[in-house]
Amino acid sequence: MALLEVRDLSLGYDSHTIIEGLNFSVNAGDHLCIVGENGAGKSTLMKTLLHLKEPMGGQILYGDGLSRNEVGYLPQQTPVQRDFPASVYEIVLSGNQGRCGWRPFYSKEDRTRALEAMERLGITELKKRCYRELSGGQQQRVLLARALCATRRLLLLDEPVSGLDPKVTVEMYELIAELNKSGITIIAITHDILAALRYASHILHIGEEVFFGTRDEYAASDEGQYFLKKRGGPA
Amino acid sequence: MIEKLQLYLEIPFVRYALIVGVLIALCSSLLGVTLVLKRFSFIGDGLSHVAFGAMAIAAVLNLSNDMLLVMPLTILCAVLLLRTGQHTVIKGDAAIAMLSVGALGFGYLIMNIFSTSSNLSGDVCTTLFGSMSILTLRPAEVRLCIIFSILVVIVFVLFYNKMFAVTFDEDFSRASGMKVGLYNLIIAVVTAVIIVLAMNLVGSLLISALVIFPALSAMRLFKNFLSVTICSVVLSVFCAFTGIVISILAGTPVGSTIVAMDAGVFFICWIIGRVKGGK
Repeated sequence: MALLEVRDLSLGYDSHTIIEGLNFSVNAGDHLCIVGENGAGKSTLMKTLLHLKEPMGGQILYGDGLSRNEVGYLPQQTPVQRDFPASVYEIVLSGNQGRCGWRPFYSKEDRTRALEAMERLGITELKKRCYRELSGGQQQRVLLARALCATRRLLLLDEPVSGLDPKVTVEMYELIAELNKSGITIIAITHDILAALRYASHILHIGEEVFFGTRDEYAASDEGQYFLKKRGGPA
Repeated sequence: MIEKLQLYLEIPFVRYALIVGVLIALCSSLLGVTLVLKRFSFIGDGLSHVAFGAMAIAAVLNLSNDMLLVMPLTILCAVLLLRTGQHTVIKGDAAIAMLSVGALGFGYLIMNIFSTSSNLSGDVCTTLFGSMSILTLRPAEVRLCIIFSILVVIVFVLFYNKMFAVTFDEDFSRASGMKVGLYNLIIAVVTAVIIVLAMNLVGSLLISALVIFPALSAMRLFKNFLSVTICSVVLSVFCAFTGIVISILAGTPVGSTIVAMDAGVFFICWIIGRVKGGK
């Protein structure tokens, strides 16, 4: 079965429903981009997929033997983190906590895994640097490395490029595409439909009209056409 | 002056005061960093007022060991505050303000109505500012303080990595399957224990200073979590020790002397941080 399957999901908060009857599935190796207007419920959907919020109805099924603590999450930055005194290594290492359970200290394997993740994202030389002094792009890489410590299979990214300058944005997209090629399934929220059409294998558009399908199907659909015209031409 | 100090150090209750003071300073600074970063510093303040109310009840009931009442009551309030604080920030804020001011008011009222003591304002002042009560510690209280301090340190060491993860990013921790609610609960309970312990030293109004100052000072100087934690413990213990010694030699109130030391050290650290960091 699929890695993740969503059946008839309803989302909302305080008895106010935003989305109803949402169905989609993600297979191993997919790169799904979730697009939609502000307030359409993208972040709520992601929080629900992560079990941070209870769905109002419907089911989220993890398949292929994927367990709850095998999911890597790249959240949007919080104000607390901006003046947090922590080194890059401390933060990346904390990504292993999900597997630690009651074990109080990190094992040798956890440390190796953290170093590998940092190597992979090219931030090894930042190991001892203070997180709050890094640039936005470097901070995102640190958080992505932490997410890689938590998973080898499924990454959920909440607006991975928000607040980054254009050059760093492209680098970030390439990095995510590379991770996807190495076999990690990706589910990402993005505002940038052109980037979604370029990198994603599947697209989920939520809002008044819901669309789920492959990239090419989306480009040919009404929603896709509408946005492509508005943004000034195809990618 | 050194001879005078030596003379004092031979007196048992001065030694008790130093032992208890250093242990309390150590414990309170351990959690300080987490509390400041989690924006929980106000919970410490609220709990200290609750502890004052509980202390008033204990005083009226004439309990031989008031910690037996104060400790559970404060822990209970810590748990309650955390529960309300989890949903919305504003509701949590208001709940803390309500509980703390309420406890303060009722505590003083109870003391006023039921107290048999001839020196009421002296009693109240002692509870609020710690005054010299630390110099009247009995061996049983010292033992209790040592036991709780050891427990706090053990819990802190065992949960250090988890507290770091939960403090840095609650959502990520919860998404990766950590029991975030449980760890928040542990933080709240340990905070309550520390506050009750620290009440003996600096009184309920000055406790927040003991929790917050060392953490903020250390954050000016260091840039990773472990160094900040260690530095805040060192600063806190240093301030408590010298503060107690100064207060003995100069006859000043213990609690406020320690807090003045903490504030002074913070000022120095702030200047060093400015000069070094350039911002």
